[in-house]
Amino acid sequence: MTYLRTVLHHLAKDLRLESRSRDALNGMLFFSLLVVVLFSISFDPTRAVSREITGGILWTAILFSTTTALNQSWTRELRHHSLDAQRLAPAPASALLLGKALANFLLVTILEVVLALIFIVFYNVNVLGNAWLLLLVLPLGTWSLVMNGTFFAALSLRTRSRELMLPLLLFPVSIPALLAMVQATQSILTADSDPTLWIKLLAGYCIVFTLVCLMLFSTVLAAE
Amino acid sequence: MTPAAKLTGVSKLYGSFAALRNVTLELPAGRCFMVLGPNGAGKSTLLRTLAGLIRPTLGQIEVLGTTPDDACSRIGYMSHATMLYDELSALENLRYYERLYFPALPVAASRAAAALTSVGLDPALTRPVGDYSQGMRQRASMARALLSDPELLLLDEPFSNLDTSGTAQMIALLDEIHRAPRAADAPARTIVLTTHQPQLAESIVHTVITLRSGAVESVEERAR
Repeated sequence: MTYLRTVLHHLAKDLRLESRSRDALNGMLFFSLLVVVLFSISFDPTRAVSREITGGILWTAILFSTTTALNQSWTRELRHHSLDAQRLAPAPASALLLGKALANFLLVTILEVVLALIFIVFYNVNVLGNAWLLLLVLPLGTWSLVMNGTFFAALSLRTRSRELMLPLLLFPVSIPALLAMVQATQSILTADSDPTLWIKLLAGYCIVFTLVCLMLFSTVLAAE
Repeated sequence: MTPAAKLTGVSKLYGSFAALRNVTLELPAGRCFMVLGPNGAGKSTLLRTLAGLIRPTLGQIEVLGTTPDDACSRIGYMSHATMLYDELSALENLRYYERLYFPALPVAASRAAAALTSVGLDPALTRPVGDYSQGMRQRASMARALLSDPELLLLDEPFSNLDTSGTAQMIALLDEIHRAPRAADAPARTIVLTTHQPQLAESIVHTVITLRSGAVESVEERAR
């Protein structure tokens, strides 16, 4: 109960900081809009083609734009050495990671709502499969990206070129999750195949990486 | 009585550079120590090592009878950075940190407002810390360090951004903090501060430790 309270406390702080600065959300929205619009202009897809490529474009846009928010969320902690104050506090380190990942999850979810509307307009997408399954794929996919991303952003905090380091660490690790997200989304949009296996893979990936990140985070935080 | 800190042969190496060299010190509890030395002498490294933010490369360190990690909730640390979030007000910052120390503390029992008042800041101030003057930030940072009623207070350059009256207030505050009785069964408070302006803190210190090139050059007792 105390742990959960601490997680919510970190979450509330991060959301409050973001609501006052809007640094992460503005950056993510602008970047993802650029990606989606540029793809739309470059390919001018028909409705059938849209269903085939939407999953890939959607998740690529989310992955790229998420990295901007993830770096931002830790940069705040470094600005006036707030991270040192976090390290000195007796609160569990993993609660900080979980609170931050949840805040990033909510921000990326807002991004996805905006992107969904844009896809309907620019790509003329309609769903042929079970649309409700997207309510599983989107949160699972988002969580896999933000959990790993928040962890790896913390890992690259003390490197000289951390902006470059995050994608270098995050993208290869995210390949299995990205594959599952894209395939599941495409299966749902086209109704060509059953997305269940991909959703299970995604859920398994989320569980494994969430546990690993939470277990290793105190070591990452204590690193000099 | 258990000493506030005991360092035995502590060295901290960064590659071939030794920030601390074979430091052996015992800091009895309930006293006020001033650490002097030119830039690069190892003053900040010594304080960060006592706080548990830096692990010594060699040697043993004991803080409040245990390891710095285990003693973290009993240590207050103020660095030359504020360790506060620019987007939040001083009260919001302090409430956030307070909850990391006391997750179940009811709002009514919060000591954040009292801590701000004690350093001469108005808790009702809604301006974000980013809009404060340097002196106000310094005082807010001091209030953060005092939140957990620490047994060991580590202050890195507490007078660096203060004007003459602010410095006088800070010295009076430190004197009061040091003299103020803690809870009946609580041990006396120990203060360790670093400064480049020794004349300012002369009136409140018991012992002056001088560092040079990472090594202890002298330890002098002062009559108070």
